[in-house]
Amino acid sequence: MSVATETAAPAPAKPARNRSRLEHRPGLNRWLPYALLAPAVLLELFIHIIPMLVGIWMSFVKLTKFFIANWSAAPSAGLGNYKVALDFNNAVGEGLLKSFGVTVVFSLVTVAFSWVLGMAAAVALQPEFRGRGLVRTLFLVPYALPAYAGILTWNFMLQRDTGAVNHVLEQLHLSDGGTFWLIGSNALISLITVAGWKLWTFAFLTLMAGMQSIPRDLYEAASVDGAGNIRQWRNITLPSLRPVNLVLVLVLFLWTFSDFNTPYVLFGTAQPPAGDLITFHIYNASFLTWNFGTGAAMSVLLLIFLMIVTGAYLLITGRRSRRA
Amino acid sequence: MRETRGFKIYRGVTLTVLGLFVLVPLYVMATSSLKPLKDVQGAFTWWPSNLTLAPFVDMWKTVPLAKYFVNSTIVSVAATVFSVAIAILAAFAVSRFKFRGRTVFTTTVLSTQMFPGVLFLLPLFLIFVNINNQFGLQLVGTRLGLIITYLTFSLPFSIWMLAGYFDSIPRELDEAALVDGCGPMGALWRVVLPAARPGVIAVAIYSFMTAWGEVLFASVMTTEANRTLSVGLRQYSTQTNIYWNQIMAAALVVSVPVVIGFLLAQRHFVAGVTAGAVK
Amino acid sequence: MRLRSLVAAVAATALGISLAACGGGDSDDASGGGSGGDQTLTYWASNQGTSLDNDKEVLTPVLQKFTQDTGIKVNLEVIGWNDLQTRIQTAITSGQAPDVVNIGNTWAASLQATDAFLPFDGDAMTAIGGKDKFVPTALATGGKEGTDPTSVPLYGLAYGLYYNKAMFAAAGLQPPKTWEEMVSAAQKLTNPAKKQWGMALAAGSYTENVHFAFINAAQNKADWFNGDGKPTFTGDGNVQGVLRYLDLMQKDKVANPSNAQYDNGTKSVNDFATKKVAMVINQNNADSSIVANGMKAGEYGVVPFPAPAGGEQVASHVAGINLSVFKNTKHKDAALKFVKYMTDAQTQTTLGKPFSSLPVLKDAKPVFTTDAAEAATFQDVYNTKSKPLPLVPAEDQFESTVGKAMNAMFAKIATGGTVTADDVKAALKTAEDQVAASS
Repeated sequence: MSVATETAAPAPAKPARNRSRLEHRPGLNRWLPYALLAPAVLLELFIHIIPMLVGIWMSFVKLTKFFIANWSAAPSAGLGNYKVALDFNNAVGEGLLKSFGVTVVFSLVTVAFSWVLGMAAAVALQPEFRGRGLVRTLFLVPYALPAYAGILTWNFMLQRDTGAVNHVLEQLHLSDGGTFWLIGSNALISLITVAGWKLWTFAFLTLMAGMQSIPRDLYEAASVDGAGNIRQWRNITLPSLRPVNLVLVLVLFLWTFSDFNTPYVLFGTAQPPAGDLITFHIYNASFLTWNFGTGAAMSVLLLIFLMIVTGAYLLITGRRSRRA
Repeated sequence: MRETRGFKIYRGVTLTVLGLFVLVPLYVMATSSLKPLKDVQGAFTWWPSNLTLAPFVDMWKTVPLAKYFVNSTIVSVAATVFSVAIAILAAFAVSRFKFRGRTVFTTTVLSTQMFPGVLFLLPLFLIFVNINNQFGLQLVGTRLGLIITYLTFSLPFSIWMLAGYFDSIPRELDEAALVDGCGPMGALWRVVLPAARPGVIAVAIYSFMTAWGEVLFASVMTTEANRTLSVGLRQYSTQTNIYWNQIMAAALVVSVPVVIGFLLAQRHFVAGVTAGAVK
Repeated sequence: MRLRSLVAAVAATALGISLAACGGGDSDDASGGGSGGDQTLTYWASNQGTSLDNDKEVLTPVLQKFTQDTGIKVNLEVIGWNDLQTRIQTAITSGQAPDVVNIGNTWAASLQATDAFLPFDGDAMTAIGGKDKFVPTALATGGKEGTDPTSVPLYGLAYGLYYNKAMFAAAGLQPPKTWEEMVSAAQKLTNPAKKQWGMALAAGSYTENVHFAFINAAQNKADWFNGDGKPTFTGDGNVQGVLRYLDLMQKDKVANPSNAQYDNGTKSVNDFATKKVAMVINQNNADSSIVANGMKAGEYGVVPFPAPAGGEQVASHVAGINLSVFKNTKHKDAALKFVKYMTDAQTQTTLGKPFSSLPVLKDAKPVFTTDAAEAATFQDVYNTKSKPLPLVPAEDQFESTVGKAMNAMFAKIATGGTVTADDVKAALKTAEDQVAASS
């Protein structure tokens, strides 16, 4: 039978694009894939693509409170909105640049912090031990928790007079218990801690999953050769995880850079300048001040930046866009 | 890794530090929900001055929590089911068929992950309004609008993960089904899906968590009648008092179903992530 | 296979649930379609009482009476303050709006500029009872000067300086009549070791901060916008006014640095009610919170927020709630009847107590408190010592830029930094640029 013939060759570990029976059926195969994709495509168009195009249109138009009631009649602003957003000598542009800087620092530090913790935990849990399942379950709780529940708890803990953090610091004689965590320059540290609290568990999850598929014999062979744990980690674990890490770091960075929930729930309306992340900054510029045109221009700039970062990253790491 | 003494020390230290980091906020959340109001208004204490379940009772009245709960549940469940269904179909097409536009599709879909929400928030709102004016279908201020929005949010990641998972299922299984007389859809339903159960569960969990925890769109697209928990919890801090104990109690109650569900299915979730992420 | 039946079951449930989703309780569309006879107005009310439910309880009998009198039904929704502005914004954007809505009266000029609200021209004004029935300063908040207002006053509010009678008596102090007296009294009553402070400030709330920036600058005879509507934030009077307020925490040290975290007025009122501070400056609707948190009615007194010796006697901005009608309403006459009803003497008296408001009608007596001295003080402030916030379309930008700049300056002071007059001027210049750039 044809099935037997085709499977005569050893099946590769990775699924290769064998010519399978599915592709031998004409007619049906021509329209079926498109039919299967149709719902997803329609939704993506409707919810993501078209609104984004409208958003781009909005960035070229003077859409302020004077025109919002009749928005199709708003006058064109040409590149005016972009000029305002990028003019770093005036207040709006300067604010955007500062916010961008804060967000870059926030993202890099949070991603690094999360990755390090995730890797540390994944390595620590790699060998079996009693209670490993329990610990792993515990570590997944921050990831499972709805974002706002965790952030609200941290908000409560970071209060100056009634919060747990200052209480602990005071008990340990590390401070006088009067530090402000939610205003002033500590706000960025608070943001990083709160965002990292949840993010590291995702890194942990992914890295742990990745480590499970590294063959044991590699480690055993290395042990026989006399390599210590740190060497094994460097020479076996890290390289094997390279594909996972590449995607993981990119995803972590993109998520963190676009994080809206953390500043919104942690700081509410009183956003401290030290913690002014760009997504909230743009939200403020559009919704809270009715300057939808400028806000749209800022969003487009943000999108362009993220695309450039992704493109550069993929180029540098040599990955071509593979099949999803 | 060998379990040397050094390693054991490393493990002990790491697990203690990380364990505390994870546990302390959870502990604070749990104990604060059992504290009387004056405890949370004064200096922090590790243990309530007197244990009380009052916050769990009062929180339903201070803010219409039950209504928010129902809204969130309806929206999240519906968004999850439809998102998973659509993602399965799309992922199957991507994984099993070669067709024109496949790369365009996957690249575009993946790249929508990086759109900042604020960019298409107002335009989406305007489009919904237009649909209402043209076709009479109410989308703003309805659960339907949120469901459609949320299910689309989780599509890219779900399709990516499921396609990767399907890829790891040998085509021989499909072929066996085809030999038995099924069409491709039959192969999907009878053979591929059951084998992909961990992936499907992973994707379902991810979709549910995305919908359950979304804040930005919920804050703009909902009105009091169909408000979800993510926005509703903020109402506690605008009353005449800041009822932190009730906020913690509400946060706990809101999280428990999601966390328990996740932890029960975590085995599948991890397996799904493993196969999907590690190709 | 088990998976198959599970999936089928879940799909069926989801279908059922989403059908429920389409149908269930989410009709929030525009003015109920009435033609002639049985009309229904949609009314969005703001949160004036102790909770959204409380507001509903208070308003429902009032609305029922209106229905009895006129046959017009009213569909009420009460919206909290952190949502109201966004809801109004989306209503304006989408065209799906209620018929009548409460607005914070400081938003009036900005909302007027959107052209989405009905101007109260001669005919409309007559229909609601004529403009002479209102307190002139209150009516002035309804829109830009020289134009037909797009909102009319509904509830009045004003700032007052609340003080703790017992603490003052124990220290042998009289309630202050000038700024300097207020500071010196506060200093005598500040004892951080005993966790007692002279004043509590909502120093993390940008709305509260900008109100005081305005009042203090007004006491210095300074304005924030010139005749052409251009921002003039960096005048000496503005800078000194802001600095004077910041100095309460910085130089005079009568406020706990933790106040920099207080992002709304309820927190500072709480401190006053729990006797941790001797004074608090708040709008007259603080009474219900104060009493709810443990202080008894006779234990506190109120005086006008004082100006420095020789300054203008401005003790408050004209605070309060106005009522607007959306231009695209399908029930214009019914809406105007409703506005007339809500601003009638009897309704005003009924709602005055639960909503702790001051009367917006001339010759009406305040009913929000039984303390005659307090009532007289607030009425005097509202009628004679208050000035409306700038009546320009960029008013909301003024509030958010200047207010948030003050938040940042308070944060700097609280975390140990210093803010000089030059720093204030620079911050106000940035705010001014932001407003100018976005108009």
